[in-house]
Order: sequence, then C-alpha cells, then structure tokens
Amino acid sequence: MTSFESRLPAVASHGVDHGMDHGATDAAQSAPPPPAWTNIHAPDALRATTSDAERLAPVGRWRATRAYLRNPTAVIGLLILAVVLAAAALAPTLFPEDPLAMVDRPLQWPGQNPDYPLGTDALGRDVLAGLVHGARVSLLIGAAATLVSVVAGVLVGATSGYFGGRIDDALVKLVEVFQTIPGFILLIVTVAIAQPTIPAITLAIALVSWPAVARLVRAEFRALREKDMVMAARGLGYGHTRIILREILPNALPPVIVMASVTVATAILMESALSFMGLGDPNTISWGSMIGAGREMLRTAWYLSAIPGLAIVVTVLALNLIGDGLNDALNPRLSEGR
Amino acid sequence: MALLNVEDLTIAFPRATPVRGLSFSVNPRETVALVGESGSGKSLTALALLGLLPSGARIASGRVAFAGRDLTALKDRDLRAVRGRDIAMIFQEPMTSLNPVLTLGDQITEVVRLHQGLSRAAAKRRAVELLDLVRIPEPQRRVDEHPHQLSGGMRQRVMIAIAVACSPKLLIADEPTTALDVTIQAQVLDLLDGLRRDLDMALLLITHDLGVVAEWADRVVVMYAGRKVEEAPFAPLFAAPLHPYTRGLLNASPRLEEGHHHSLGPLLEIPGSIASAAAETGCAFAPRCPLVRAACRTRVPEPMAAADDHSVACPVTFTRESEHGLAVG
Amino acid sequence: MALLSVENLRAHYRDGGATLRAVDDVSFQIAAGETVGLVGESGCGKSTLGKTLLRLVNPTSGRILFDGQEVGGLSERALRQYRRSVQMVFQDPFASLNPRHTVAEILGGPLAVHGVGDRKSRIGQTQDALDRVGLPRDALKRYPHEFSGGQRQRLGIARALILQPRLVICDEPVSALDLSIQAQILNLLSRMKADLGLSYLFISHDLSVVRYFADRVLVMYLGRIVESGSWRSLWSRPLHPYTRALIDAVPNPTRRRHAAPLSGDLPSPRQIPSGCRFHPRCPLATARCQVEEPISRAVGDGQTVACHHADLSPIH
Repeated sequence: MTSFESRLPAVASHGVDHGMDHGATDAAQSAPPPPAWTNIHAPDALRATTSDAERLAPVGRWRATRAYLRNPTAVIGLLILAVVLAAAALAPTLFPEDPLAMVDRPLQWPGQNPDYPLGTDALGRDVLAGLVHGARVSLLIGAAATLVSVVAGVLVGATSGYFGGRIDDALVKLVEVFQTIPGFILLIVTVAIAQPTIPAITLAIALVSWPAVARLVRAEFRALREKDMVMAARGLGYGHTRIILREILPNALPPVIVMASVTVATAILMESALSFMGLGDPNTISWGSMIGAGREMLRTAWYLSAIPGLAIVVTVLALNLIGDGLNDALNPRLSEGR
Repeated sequence: MALLNVEDLTIAFPRATPVRGLSFSVNPRETVALVGESGSGKSLTALALLGLLPSGARIASGRVAFAGRDLTALKDRDLRAVRGRDIAMIFQEPMTSLNPVLTLGDQITEVVRLHQGLSRAAAKRRAVELLDLVRIPEPQRRVDEHPHQLSGGMRQRVMIAIAVACSPKLLIADEPTTALDVTIQAQVLDLLDGLRRDLDMALLLITHDLGVVAEWADRVVVMYAGRKVEEAPFAPLFAAPLHPYTRGLLNASPRLEEGHHHSLGPLLEIPGSIASAAAETGCAFAPRCPLVRAACRTRVPEPMAAADDHSVACPVTFTRESEHGLAVG
Repeated sequence: MALLSVENLRAHYRDGGATLRAVDDVSFQIAAGETVGLVGESGCGKSTLGKTLLRLVNPTSGRILFDGQEVGGLSERALRQYRRSVQMVFQDPFASLNPRHTVAEILGGPLAVHGVGDRKSRIGQTQDALDRVGLPRDALKRYPHEFSGGQRQRLGIARALILQPRLVICDEPVSALDLSIQAQILNLLSRMKADLGLSYLFISHDLSVVRYFADRVLVMYLGRIVESGSWRSLWSRPLHPYTRALIDAVPNPTRRRHAAPLSGDLPSPRQIPSGCRFHPRCPLATARCQVEEPISRAVGDGQTVACHHADLSPIH
C-alpha cells in the first residue's frame, strides 16, 4: 500500500510538457490518459464566468433598495413622509378656500364641531386647513433650501477636494468664515435685510446649510481621488470634468443623500422658527406661524400650538428615520451581511 | 495522544455553510499547516477553535477536543481561561491587532498578569524577557514604546511575544507572514519555529502559501470550499499529491526553478474559480476538475486513507492509484 | 531603439518635515516586445516608479523618453495622447474599477474619451475586448461587484488593452489573487503580449512570479536599482548580496527550515542609509560601503550590479 505513492503519475505529465513531474510518467501510459488542463487562452471563457457571475450577485442594482425596505423604522419614516406629501399635494383640492380666511366662530376645540375636526383658532380659521396648507410651505422650503445647499456644497466641496492646493485653501477659508458665524443669527439677519418672501427665506436657509455639505463632499473627494479607480481614469487620459462628475461624484453621493434628508428636516425647523418669531412670509400660513399665533393662548387653547408642533415633530422624525435608513442601506458593509 | 482533535466540524451562517465535516488533529510539538485559497474556510476554522466566530456564525456540529476537553462545550468564562494560556493566536495584520494607545509593555503585562497573576514589577521584567525572546533589539527601551514606532515585522514579533507569554501548548498562526516582505517573512517563520522547539508547543499554521508550507510544516491539511480534500505529511504531499486540486495548485505555482519561464511554456491552470463550488451537490471541485466523472457531481467524496498518514477525498484518483499499486507491486 | 528609456529619474515627496526619496536616480530601458520585471520589497519605490512613468506622479528630475519623445514636459493635452500608448493594470481589481459603472461604461469610456470610432463600432470593440480576455459578452451590462477577483482582473486587463497601447505597466497584477487564479492571469497576460506585440513593465514583490514572467529583471532597493540582467543570467548568477538574500528568503521545499538570510528591518525610505543603502543589512559590508555609494557597473551578458564587493561574494 505505501509503495504506490512514489510511482504516482502527476496530472502535469499528461498536459503540456513542462511543470512539475511528480513521479514516473511511464506508469501513466498504461492508464487511459485523463483530459489535460485545458490551456487555451482564457480556458474558463464561457463556461465558468457566466454562471459564477450570476451566483455572485443575486441582488445587483436593487441591493440598496431591498436593504432599505427590510428596515422597519425606515419604512415607517417613508410612510409618514408619504402622508405629509399627499396632504401637501392635495391641499388645494381638500381645502380650496384660503386657509387664512375666517370661516366660523373662533376658538372651537378639536371635536367640538364636525365641520372643523381640529377646531378653529382665535380668528376663526380652520386649523386643519392651516395644517394641510402649512405642510406645503414647510416641505417646499425644506426641499428647495436643501436642493440649493446641496448643489452649492457639492460644487465647492468637489472643486476643493479634487484639485487641492491653493484652490482648496481658499475654499476651505470661505467655508470656515460661514461656519464661524452662528447659523441662526445669520439666518435672522439675512431674512431681516431681505424681504420675508418664500424665495428669500429658502435662499437664507440654504446659505446657512451649504457649508456642512461642502465639508462632507470635500472629505469624500479627498479620500476618493487617491483611489486606484481614479488613478486608472487619469491613466486612461480622462479629463478633470469627467473624472469629477462621472468617476468620483457617484461614489461620493451616498453620504450626501443621507445628509440631505436630515438637512430637509433642519430646514423645516429653521423655517418654523422664523415664522414663529414673525419673520416668515405674512401672506402664507406655515406650521411655525400657527404655533406663533397660538402662543398667546397657550394656557387656555394649548391645542393651537400643540397640533402644528406635533406636525413638525412627526415630519422631522420621519425625515430622520429616512436618513438613518438610507445610511444603513447605502453603506454596503452594514447592509450586506452573510 | 493528539493535543488538538477536531472532529467533523461544521460551521454555519444562516445562509451558508463555509466549513463542512472537517476533521484533523495536531500532535504536541508538531507543525500542521491548514492550506487553502480564500473561501476555503481555513481562517474561520481557526476562529472556531477559540470560540471567536463572527456574529451570525455558529458551530453547527462537531467537536474540538483540546487535551481531552471539548472546547465547544465550555462556558464562555472557561473558554477565556483557555485562550491565551493554553491556546494562543496571532493574526495576519500586526498593524490592527495591537492597541495603538498602549505601550508594548502595557500590552504584554496585561496578558501575563491576567493569566499568571504576576505583580506589576515582575510582569514588566517578564515583558522585557519576552521581547528579548522574540529577538527584538534593545528590549529595555522598546518596552516603553508605542506600536506606531515599530515596523510591520517588529509588530508581528510583539504579537508573537504576547501570544507565547503564557507558554501555550498550541499556537495558531493565521497567515502570520502574508502582510510582510519576503526577507522579513523568513525571519518571522524562523522565529516561530525556534519558539515552537524551545517552548514545546505545537503550531497550527494557516496559510495560502505553498512554499511556506513546504518548508516549515510537518503535516499538511489541504482545504477546498470548506472541506478537507487531502491530508499528508509534507514530503509525500509535495512529491506525490493525490487530489486533483492539490496537483493543480502545485502545477499552477510559479517557482524559482530552472526551466520555469513563460518563454518555455504556459503555467498549468486550474480553470474557473472557487465560486463554482457555491451550490454543492457533489464534490465541490468537480466543476474545475480534469478527472471529473459523473458520480463526482452527485456524491460528496469522503476522505479515504491512501496510506497510514495520507488521506484523500477523491475516489477517482484513489481507485486509479490503488489499482496501479496492486498491478505494479 | 528602446521603446521606453528612463534616465536618472527621481521622484521625491515632501512628507511632513522629511523628504521621501521614493525613486532615486533610476535608469533603464524597455525594448519593444520585452517584459521587464521590477522586483523589490515594500517601500522600495517600485510602485511609485510605475506611476511616474505614466506621469500619475510627477518626476522630480530625470528624463522619460517614450519612442524617443520626452514625456516629462508634455502638456495636459499631449499627456492624454501619451496615455493611449502606455497603460496600467492595477494590483487590486476591487479598488481600480468604479463600482458605479457597468462594464460597458468601464470599457467604452476610454474609447469615447479618445474619440475612437462611433458609438456602434465602440460597442463592437468592447465585445472584442471581452472575448479576448475570456469574459462572456453579456458581462457588458453587469457591475464590477458581480464578478470574482480573477474576473475583475480580466476586466482591468481588458480596459488597459482597449486603447491598443504599446507598453503596459502591470503593478502587482496577481498579488491580490488566489494561487489558482494567478496562473490564469499570467497566462492571459503572456498570451496578450504575444498576440498584440506588447511590452510590459511587470512590477511585483513576488520573486517566483517575476522569475517566471520577466525577460529582463530589475532589482530595486530603497529607490535605486541595485542589480539588473536577463532572466537567464540574473537567476543563475545573482551578484548583488541583496538579490541573493531575496532569492534565499523565498521558502523552498528543498531546504527545510533554513535560517533567515538577512537580519534587521528594512530601513525607512525617509532615512536612507549613507554610502551603499544596503550596508546596514549586508553580510559583506566593509568600511568603504558606509561612505561610498557604489555605482552600477556592467558585468557582462547585459547584467549590471551596484556593489563594491560583488566580485568577492561566492557564487551562489
């Protein structure tokens, strides 16, 4: 039994005539020769690759979506936001009248009058109509301000992080100037100087929010520009614009998307705070202005402040849940597992 | 009696079974190499021996007997007493295995004080001794340094010093030299082998590098896709490998040898990749095997003894070679 | 005439207070159709040298001549044209392919950027490239993460070859791959070279791989080439004590448990030793080695060595 080891024919000896010969080749000739290792160029050409690729990636593109939908709190956040969005979208249909118009006897409590399920305020305005119309303003300003700040932040951050050097120094200084001024004071001063219209408020909130985005994008770009992936693109003769927009940006976006969802929430809070202080647009109703109006009667008719307050809390919470969910879903290390 | 006896070990994740039915043993003072490519389950096996499996993974079946005690049955507290004292482990990345904010002395004394109850001063003296033992120059000075002041090779020596601090009976080294340069790798392997002899310990070397195995291992266990495909002492394994995978690996390795040059002919390849083994019905190597038969795709081959200490999990080569053995001798 | 000629090339970095001399006075040539192996340990500057040749890192001084044309002073525009002729295959196929692009974008991008053909012919070319490296054509719609390591490296090779370069710099192309996959990739590279008449600069820390793959070998230590020669002469007659130590350090089944050939650590490239940079670890070092830097000299058969005592050392 032990003697046969030394006489084993090696597989190599049947193949191409080099490599290790482990034993005598003559012994092998008596046995039917096994198929040699195929040695054509790329031997696994069509056989192994197609099937492997399928097995390796059963999820592919929709991995992040699935990971998100498996997260119950993230789905709850999404559902709440969907309700708020639907209310905002349907506001003109549901409550075609001006929400600032007086409709009935003032200070009816919620449940008192079935026509006005959430009651009326000190001036006899429908609270529910105000809430629904207020959602439009809050979401509009939140989304628009976020959009502006993300675009500005990405532009500055990408330029700064990708090119580095003097451009980077200058842009970092600019960001630092904005970050040293307390955000809310900057916001109040800006709105006070400009007219308190929706576009002005939006731009003012964006002005306060973009530096954080710029810093994040800059950090991502600085890390990514050293990656082999970007070296490869440079080595292939790609131009700077293409590398920034097509190679680096898609990889830098996930944390920006996460930050954007939280920025929407912050923007809604800022708008509410401005309106509460009476610095909002006087011609539109918003959640903040409703709380501000109810402030005087906090002891007698607390529902006037509590209901819009609750709307803000729930919406901001929903956006934060979405942000957390996106963070987990877009971070492959957390969402993949085994 | 074997120091470590792994019997029928199966490690499972909720959706995968990366190690299946693995059995092997390590004798006192012996160097056993667990060889395989990525995805073979070799590193997971090492972690399972110490009860350090990542979350989600569990030992689905099998026994790990160390000096007669079944480690899989031990409570966490008892297992902690075994770790570091009886069985120690070193990892591939000496950069991340050391705590960057503690001095080398702190990290070594922590282990000896925990397991041997030495006083602070005695532990410090022991730390210097240990640094000297792993041939770190100027141990008196080095003991107060931080890991970032050392090179990769020196950090791996410190890891080894911590590992052997309590004179373990078994040292598990998971790819100990993969991150190191070739001249440093030679030093570290030399050191490990010297310690093995001086401290009477056994060494379980987990590696993908056949050259390291051939030079330093007494016995070799070859793994493929979570199973043992061949086990033999180093000499017969390299002179006359039986399993088609082992043969394929040896053929595919470029070597520092005469006549080994691309102008003289291509390397012999193993086609495909280990991913082909994902859905296992028969032999996991069947999709890549040049000797594959119909039966290979339906039945998982069991290891069979080709000689006293040589087993192979391939009925095709086993029967063919046995017939030869009978016909010739 | 040599395809690529490098003369006294230096690439130094400022790293904190110190100057890191990653590439320090390196000269060599690559002939058309030749594979030059560049071997050395970590921190020896081999990877920086590869990137400098593509001007991904700017040289501090020295000349790089490609086809007789100076590469050092090329404008951004001219540099893009140069990069059509010289391509790179990276070590880590996971990091060097953009995870957000499909294979069609990865392979088609270089063609689009350089305005090769129209949209339709570009699709044909990407399919040809896949055929060539042994990947199925339906790979075009997939993303890099859907492929195994070996397959990704095939994609990396396909991308490097799609612009039909003349020189490919392979930076550790098989180091991240499993042994059974290494052979596939080496054979593929070898086949591509024969089919397309390529030249390679093959950078690796793995002596066995360089031994197999290179026609001529450069041995690098701390930023400098200490020995070079054809594969036949260098492997059978290594002269520099460092080359010998490298060869001796490779685990070898015929010598069981032999002692490590070199003691001591690799010095940091921030503090390069005086004189011969190898002298602190060299078994042959004398007082002269501590002060006088050896000049590279020819020792016949196209072999060069930079050592004062290369003649004294016993033949390996």
